Amino acid sequence: MNNLVNISSTMLYTAFALYSIATIIFGVSIKDKNKQKKKGKTGTIAISLTIIGLIAQLAYFITRWIASGHAPVGNMFEFMTFLGMSLVLAFIIIYFIYRLNILGLFALPIALIIIAYASMFPTEISPLVPSLQSPWLYIHVTTVSLSQGILGVSFVAGLIYLIRQIDQTKRSKKNVWLELVLFFMIACIGFILSTVTFNILDYKSTFEYPSGNRTLTVEYTLPAIAGPQEGVLITEDAQDAWFEAPGWLQGRNAAKKFNTLIWSFGTGLILYGLIRLILRKRIGAAIQPLLKNIKPDLVDEITYRAVAIGFPVFTLGGLIFASIWAQIAWDRFWGWDPKEVWALVTWFFYAAFLHLRLSRGWHGEKSSWLAVGGFAIIMFNLIVVNLVIAGLHSYA
Amino acid sequence: MKKIKCECGHINPEGTVLCEACGKPIEENQHIDGNDKSKLLNMRYDGSARRSLTYNRSIIDKIWSFFSSVKVGVWLIVITLVASSLGTIFPQEMYIPAEAENRNPAFFYEDWYGLLGKIYYQLGFHELYSSWWYMILISLIGISLVICSIDRVVPLHRALKMQKPKRHETFLNRQRLFSGSKNVSSKEKQQLIENLKKQRYKVRNEDGHILAEKGRFSRWGPYVNHIGLIIILIAALLRMTPLLFLDEYVWVREGQQIVIPGTDGEYYIENKEFILEAYDDNDERFKDAIARMGGNVASNYQTNLIIYKNVDASIPGAEPKLEKVVEDKVFMNNPLKFDGYTLYQSGYQQNEFSTMSFIIHETDDPEEKAIDTFTVDLSEPETEYELDSGFRVVIDKYYPDYVLEDGEPRSETKFPRNPAYVFFIYPPNSKSPEISFIGIGKNIDATGENKYKLGISDFEMHDVSGMTLRRDYTLPLFGLGAFIFMIGVVQGMYWQHRRIWIHPKENEMLLAAHTNKNWYGIKKDIEKIISGTNIEMVVDQQELNELDKKQGG
Ligand code: HEM
Repeated sequence: MNNLVNISSTMLYTAFALYSIATIIFGVSIKDKNKQKKKGKTGTIAISLTIIGLIAQLAYFITRWIASGHAPVGNMFEFMTFLGMSLVLAFIIIYFIYRLNILGLFALPIALIIIAYASMFPTEISPLVPSLQSPWLYIHVTTVSLSQGILGVSFVAGLIYLIRQIDQTKRSKKNVWLELVLFFMIACIGFILSTVTFNILDYKSTFEYPSGNRTLTVEYTLPAIAGPQEGVLITEDAQDAWFEAPGWLQGRNAAKKFNTLIWSFGTGLILYGLIRLILRKRIGAAIQPLLKNIKPDLVDEITYRAVAIGFPVFTLGGLIFASIWAQIAWDRFWGWDPKEVWALVTWFFYAAFLHLRLSRGWHGEKSSWLAVGGFAIIMFNLIVVNLVIAGLHSYA
Repeated sequence: MKKIKCECGHINPEGTVLCEACGKPIEENQHIDGNDKSKLLNMRYDGSARRSLTYNRSIIDKIWSFFSSVKVGVWLIVITLVASSLGTIFPQEMYIPAEAENRNPAFFYEDWYGLLGKIYYQLGFHELYSSWWYMILISLIGISLVICSIDRVVPLHRALKMQKPKRHETFLNRQRLFSGSKNVSSKEKQQLIENLKKQRYKVRNEDGHILAEKGRFSRWGPYVNHIGLIIILIAALLRMTPLLFLDEYVWVREGQQIVIPGTDGEYYIENKEFILEAYDDNDERFKDAIARMGGNVASNYQTNLIIYKNVDASIPGAEPKLEKVVEDKVFMNNPLKFDGYTLYQSGYQQNEFSTMSFIIHETDDPEEKAIDTFTVDLSEPETEYELDSGFRVVIDKYYPDYVLEDGEPRSETKFPRNPAYVFFIYPPNSKSPEISFIGIGKNIDATGENKYKLGISDFEMHDVSGMTLRRDYTLPLFGLGAFIFMIGVVQGMYWQHRRIWIHPKENEMLLAAHTNKNWYGIKKDIEKIISGTNIEMVVDQQELNELDKKQGG
């Protein structure tokens, strides 16, 4: 049994390594392409590595399934890794339709960030609470996740379009927004870096704080910048909080999550600053020249096509399968739980996207912004709604 | 109605932008689809005459035009989207957490979230999704869906049926994909037709003019999916009627047999046993996670129960005559279906008291020897107990779920979870009672002068199952709507309507193509179709346009 768990995590590391190498080779293939003919060998190598990586990740998935006795989509770690896998799968599918190497250079790093992010959550195999014990758990979760992977590709294409097309000669509202999007990704890396660092240092500090008429404790794994309301540090030699988290933050461990957010953005800002210092220009402006041989029209088409492919899958998994399961498990197919509402919001958003595409003025740049916005909503639902506005579906 | 005759001889309805038969732009109507300002023709609805863009006189015309506009539709969707998300800022009324001190929404929101919470409550956002204005938004989307679909589907259908292979030259050269090729031999043309057929195009030929078409049915996708949506909206409307939708909740104790509310006395439920199981804390697979979660992770909530039917339910006043319908286990994700109803395991309460026995002894008897005993059945406590020894005990106050709040005793719920009592004890032949307050771990003599004292000698406990009963005749309708919606989106999204026209001229052959989406795909098609011939690959005139714009600006 333990053996299987070990194999499983080794497979995940393997997949991670392969995706990383594939990313680099995709990068090389872009440079190559500027000189050589269309069908370079490097692209083939990169996509092959990606496929082997996906197979490794599938092996992780299956062995973990066997070890735990249920499909590994039951907690935040498992779900987010699965999302990373879906994004890779969706990328591979779209790659074989359009054969565009640049997609890999953007899609794989995002998948890598998602998987690394997932690993920051508890990774042990955990039991399923009764409401999750249903085959509908994996029917629902896998389809939703697959659709989010496909919609993720539309985000990737949208991002490429924006970096390619937005005028970088002078500072404008648009390129500030674009930098903000890039900054959010860097903040995810910031989160990963700070978590890993203090994990290695084995940093822990415990606070006691009053809640109603009980006293609760919370264990911080990052040094406390924002402590709990009226919290008292009880670990010796640990750093006390600089200030208290605002009182309107509600919910279990809200202060700790707020603290993590500060660390992520803080580290993210430092990273961003360093990158800017090295590049001496906006990140968008630095990437833009790499993309000058890309046809914007084709990228725009991919943005739209990915939504067209992903929207029906999302409807099926996120609304229809979700309702069937909710009907069986919670006796109502729709309950306006925050998670459900945000699935509906996502669906409305992409419906609006598709309708806007019907009119002429919404192709190209506007579509790309919408694709970025749609993926932001998906991430919001996965991260903020899961961890902060936790409802019935809470993984936290 | 005013008709427009095209030079090809076809009579078009008023408002037509491109002749239904030959596609020649009808001059006076070019502003309708914006063709006058662009090189390429707007092919969205094949230039057919839409009511909403043709008539704008009466008030009905105006309403029709309003709702058939995609812009309005998108605005409605966006407003609903924003409104929906507002309802998740704070929990909805039904999700007010159980640990809230006061779950009355009038207090809760302000208490937990301060001023913002108060505003949230006062705006009615705590029950946003059943508010009148949210309903109106949804209905407006519904109306918009119906009108815009009718506005387009009829003329589009007409235009696609009327279209002829022979198209006017301007129709071709104002398509997005276009090429003209010189010196195309008839053999090459034959080859082209072969290739088209190989790509599964339906080819029609009219005097050497060719129309090759595939996937036309995908054009109906949006209309099919909108029909699905409308069915879902109708189902949601019907669900508000009690006739089609029943929702009841019942608490039933272990061993208890009671009528199920909402069934008109027809069905009874008996709870044989409630079972709560937890994962083994030492389970090889899960032990780390369980330890992190603090142990004791539930693995199963289950009620073993029997459903009975009262066969005399129709006779008023008759004693119920029960016949067993089914005996089964109900647990999470495994509801029980019987006679059109569905019964769910929804809640539980462990360790409620069923009975509590007391002894009476003399206050200063160190051995607390019982003078007499009595038992209170907590499901139906009596007010007065006459004991053999001559004692009389009266329950003055009974708190099933005792709490002390601001110095006032109160019952938190009506369930016997923490029973406490104020007893009046009348010793034999005495008219004035001694007053005792007694509960779990509490035994208070109000005056300090009582000669007799009560003690809890025994109790029995049980678990209680919370069961939800549902009967929902609208489910099949929802299912049907969802199914049709899925067919519609897949049909519209995974197939495309591709058309290729060929227009022979004296010494040139024009080729144009249009698809409603996936231009990359149709270009690939064309590459395959012209392979082995001299025919020029089409040029994407939209890309060129953009290049022009870039260079110009
Ligand atoms: C939540 C509600 C709605 C959903 C989920 C929905 C869904 C869709 C989908 C998936 C398409 C296909 C788009 C494409 O092929 O690219 C579509 C097309 C369309 N929808 Fe909707 N729709 C909704 C509401 C509306 C409303 C309110 C209107 C009214 C203005 C509308 C008007 C249209 C039109 C005109 C088309 C294009 C039809 C065509 O191309 O022939 N839709 N809709």
